Amino acid sequence: MDTVESDAPRPVLEGPDIERVLTRIAHEIVERAKGADDVVLLGIPTRGVFLARRLAARLEQITGRKVPVGSLDITMYRDDLRMRPARALARTEIPGDGIEDRLVVLVDDVLFSGRTIRAALDALGDIGRPRAVQLAVLVDRGHRELPIRADYVGKNLPTSLRETVKVQLSEEDGRDAVLLGLQQTAPAGEQ
Amino acid sequence: MKRHLISAADLTRDDAVLILDTAEEMARVADRPIKKLPTLRGRTVVNLFFEDSTRTRISFEAAAKRLSADVINFSAKGSSVSKGESLKDTALTLEAMGADAVVIRHHASGAPYRLATSGWIDGAVVNAGDGTHEHPTQALLDAFTMRRRLVGADAGIGRDLDGRRITIVGDVLHSRVARSNVHLLHTLGAEVTLVAPPTLVPIGVEHWPCQVAYHLDEVLPKSDAVMMLRVQRERMNAAFFPTEREYSRRYGLDGDRMARMPGHAIVMHPGPMNRGMEITAQVADSDRCTAVEQVANGVSTRMAVLYLLLGGAVFDSKATSATSPAPARTEENK
Repeated sequence: MDTVESDAPRPVLEGPDIERVLTRIAHEIVERAKGADDVVLLGIPTRGVFLARRLAARLEQITGRKVPVGSLDITMYRDDLRMRPARALARTEIPGDGIEDRLVVLVDDVLFSGRTIRAALDALGDIGRPRAVQLAVLVDRGHRELPIRADYVGKNLPTSLRETVKVQLSEEDGRDAVLLGLQQTAPAGEQ
Repeated sequence: MKRHLISAADLTRDDAVLILDTAEEMARVADRPIKKLPTLRGRTVVNLFFEDSTRTRISFEAAAKRLSADVINFSAKGSSVSKGESLKDTALTLEAMGADAVVIRHHASGAPYRLATSGWIDGAVVNAGDGTHEHPTQALLDAFTMRRRLVGADAGIGRDLDGRRITIVGDVLHSRVARSNVHLLHTLGAEVTLVAPPTLVPIGVEHWPCQVAYHLDEVLPKSDAVMMLRVQRERMNAAFFPTEREYSRRYGLDGDRMARMPGHAIVMHPGPMNRGMEITAQVADSDRCTAVEQVANGVSTRMAVLYLLLGGAVFDSKATSATSPAPARTEENK
């Protein structure tokens, strides 16, 4: 065992791992959706959008067809809005053909309490009526608070509640990695 | 951002850009089949209007309803105010009914400030026009319209109006729209020029962050946006100019004058327009005139303001972060 417990977050997935994981998820989507004819990928900002775009590129490689990809901001549907000052909104971009009767695959970086996904399902209901909704996440860290599960999981990462999971993607953070760290026990009154 | 929106001068550049960015996302809700968001469910917004207004009140009402808030409309006419009730007693009544936000229009300058600082009510106060003082949401929707037209809807995100030349023409003296616009546009980096007959320029304008000119024709070729103010006939009892025809000839915008504006420049009007007075029908109906667009943008902008004031946690201004609640388990500190 490592004896030095450093505070620095430790990478559990590196760039090439993430590439492989996304390729696998793309193949799983094609397999389960029987060719992914009617798939629409919707990423949840911020990093879910980049993951959705990367998945769309892979799906195009596999199937030879363009796969519609967009983003779904869930801020206005959160159940914890009143616990913090009002947040800035992100972009919702629904692909031109809409989501009516399509197979919508929601894409997010980390699945934790499941509350984001609940909010996303509510948001989808105001936009249209998909044939089915599935969920793809890069990391499932457990500790669900709602009856929600992912259909495609990059990596199951058992964690304790004191740990933090941070996904970095080159589009936003300059590099690809999934970092496991310890929650900073901030002095009271901070933040 | 502050807890109330009383004056455009209270907004920092970052506050203002945040409101405009939020409004841009709100505008996209109007394109959806269900034009409603659940965000302010269970919150009550009171429209407290002591002065006649249709478009501002309807705009606030539409904005609050699109965010699922409950709306109570209170107009002074036909209410207890006409029986002599004071602002304080009206406010206490609204507080007892549980108003989370009060949108107030009042004929007396400073009434919203009084309401916000008196301790009569706990909710957020939004100034929807007070006397000849300010009308901050109108300035925000004007800035939003300018950013969309001059910078671009998507290109504008996160940007201000740096270096744009805005000309405001007409009755500046009585115009709360002009006052709010001068403050906000200056904060956003624009260069503002007021054009008006000397009698309609307020005392103390030299302390405002803007230029003043008396000849419209000199300023028009150097303007990215020209905002025509309504000639407020109801306030013109002191005869500020000889005749309406003379005013119209010197300060009205007609087709010839519009042709002298740069090709990209837009014409704005806060409404209601006096066609034939400050603006001719030819200009008002051209696609360079954004008056109708401004009304649509008003709903998006007011949604943004209501969301930013009411959508998050309400912090007690007296107890400043003495007790920080236990960190909530949100997906963000995953």
